[in-house]
Amino acid sequence: MAIRAEHEIHQRRLGRNVGLGLVLIGFVALVYFLTIAKVTSPKPNTLPASEQTQ
Amino acid sequence: MSDASINNTTQTGQYEAGFGDYYALLKPRVMSLVVFTALVGLLVAPVSVHPVVALASILFIALGGGASGALNMWWDADIDRKMKRTQSRPIPSGKVTEGEALGLGVALSGIAVVMLALAANMMAGALLAFTIFFYVVIYTMWLKRWTPQNIVIGGAAGAFPPMIGWAVATGGVSIESILMFALTLAWTPPHFWALALFTKGDYANAGVPMLTVTHGRKATRAHILGYTFALAAVALALGLTSIGGPIYMVIAVVLNVMFIKGAYDVWHRTDDDSDADQHKAERGLFKLSLAYLFLHYGALLVEASLKPFGMGGW
Repeated sequence: MAIRAEHEIHQRRLGRNVGLGLVLIGFVALVYFLTIAKVTSPKPNTLPASEQTQ
Repeated sequence: MSDASINNTTQTGQYEAGFGDYYALLKPRVMSLVVFTALVGLLVAPVSVHPVVALASILFIALGGGASGALNMWWDADIDRKMKRTQSRPIPSGKVTEGEALGLGVALSGIAVVMLALAANMMAGALLAFTIFFYVVIYTMWLKRWTPQNIVIGGAAGAFPPMIGWAVATGGVSIESILMFALTLAWTPPHFWALALFTKGDYANAGVPMLTVTHGRKATRAHILGYTFALAAVALALGLTSIGGPIYMVIAVVLNVMFIKGAYDVWHRTDDDSDADQHKAERGLFKLSLAYLFLHYGALLVEASLKPFGMGGW
């Protein structure tokens, strides 16, 4: 039996796949904004000891 | 899997789990309490947190809580099938397999712990890992089916989120976060045992030793009163710390007087009295317990939110 491009499993699992897709997109966005927040936030006492005294 | 086998599967009418079924494995109602108390723990801490870091941390704490819920459902699938209250859960109702719940729980636990440690700090990640371990291994696998004090142990697992929220902000543990933990810990037994007194649970059929069954309803009433005194002591002690204040203290005193009065009424009466008025006092205490926890944490939040304006706190 030939595998069709559109199978009923696509319809059957549409909700699950869309849900998972949205979760993954959300996770990527969260990690992106988390990275921006971490990189741009000034963190005291994280400089090397030699620079902290200057 | 071949194309033909997929068709066979659908022809047999096998249920295809949807996204909502997997979400239900995460116990969303329990997650809402986790999110609320963790958020309060984070916001009342004396260290400000970047909003994105705070949002991510709360999400990962909720995810860790949800993952432990999925693992709890995986392990307890046998007893969930026997109790009416839990028969509609995804595994007993046949929507999700036990293996899927295990896989989802383990994967989400790992993701939540690692991501919280990266987003916030190692202490927060370690506390979340311990919470999941405590809930799944100590409570679910070991003590739930062994001791009638299982509610107390389970309550401890549910009490960790404000401590984790505090650790997200401060990177540590302090008397304030320990007392927030103790507040939820001491609140859980009267809350659940009040419920157990007016619901006809089928825990005995499932082999879960509930205090009402193992020690009787009279002993349960006494336990409720005992834990209520401990709860009042913790709630008032929390008010004397740096996150307390006059608003919290007034609310705590009023609520604890009401709660002790409610627990005394429940302790003072017999089962015949209780049956005669459809468990009015027990129902009242249970309803009050819901408002009790919400208002205590809400009062802490009010104190914290007033501090930038020179008010709030002692």
